[in-house]
Amino acid sequence: MSGAEIGLALAVFLACMVEAVEALTIVLAVGTTRSWSSAMGGVGAATLALAVIVAALGPALTSLPIDLLRLLIGGLLLIFGLQWLRKAILRSAGLKAKHDEIQVYEVQAAAARAAGAKPSGFDGYAFTIAFKGVLLEGLEVAFIVLTFGANQHRVALAAAAAGFAVLVVVAAGVAARAPLARVPENTMKFAVGVMLSSFGMFWGAEGAGATWPGGDGALLAIIPGMLIVAIALSKTVPHTSDSTPPAHSGSPPADTGDRARVRA
Amino acid sequence: MTQPSALLAGVWEFIVGDDWRIAVGVVLALALTALVAVAGISAWWVVPLAVVGLLALSIRRAARPTD
Repeated sequence: MSGAEIGLALAVFLACMVEAVEALTIVLAVGTTRSWSSAMGGVGAATLALAVIVAALGPALTSLPIDLLRLLIGGLLLIFGLQWLRKAILRSAGLKAKHDEIQVYEVQAAAARAAGAKPSGFDGYAFTIAFKGVLLEGLEVAFIVLTFGANQHRVALAAAAAGFAVLVVVAAGVAARAPLARVPENTMKFAVGVMLSSFGMFWGAEGAGATWPGGDGALLAIIPGMLIVAIALSKTVPHTSDSTPPAHSGSPPADTGDRARVRA
Repeated sequence: MTQPSALLAGVWEFIVGDDWRIAVGVVLALALTALVAVAGISAWWVVPLAVVGLLALSIRRAARPTD
């Protein structure tokens, strides 16, 4: 396996773990308070929908000319990666609203209890909430699987890394029988942001016509370089009292906007 | 909000996120890379430089007190 393929698998695995932890919290909440069978039905339907999206768009993307593919996907990965990195840095500094998986679980469970009596058979509420939760969290992973995988013509490897991450999270969830609040999600998001930005930068510039010194070996300088820049930027941000550095932060806060937006 | 506009808003939020300037900056950086490369000049440095600047400015804007 080449370095780029290891990077692909690692980025997809980490991204998928983060999203799977968030989806697991929602499924646990509706499963325990409403109906496990209906919640699992929602999980299955959403997983199928995500698989169809990847299977349908993967071949379409890989049929594009390589330079166009690299420009398009490199640009998208770079924009996407920089947003992940930006959020992770702001969260680590306490500048982005925070939440944790326990809190999300309690809110979801309260909403599920307030949604009315549980039917004896199929529970539409549990099905819909589980379906929506898995589909929405999974879309980001599908996007990363498609963009990363298509660019290297390794959609199957990317999908396998995503599937393995889901298995790990589900196994941990079954063992813990509780939301995985201790998973260092923000640190993982920080790492994914660095990987996506680095590969996006590499492919985007190549697609635009640039030639990297050292060819593919340039990634060995780009990834650590991006990591150093991101860590340096996180050090320059004024940290609030409830902040933790990226390497030690826990659950990511909700995507409710940064401090400027919250204050506004 | 109508369904098509809600879909567009969802796609915008999904791809572009909280700071649209990053997306615009990335597009401009890639366009500049193409121009420099077409001119026969080494162009690999354009995107890394732009990325550092865009991220630093975006973080600085978000961290700036608004009151």
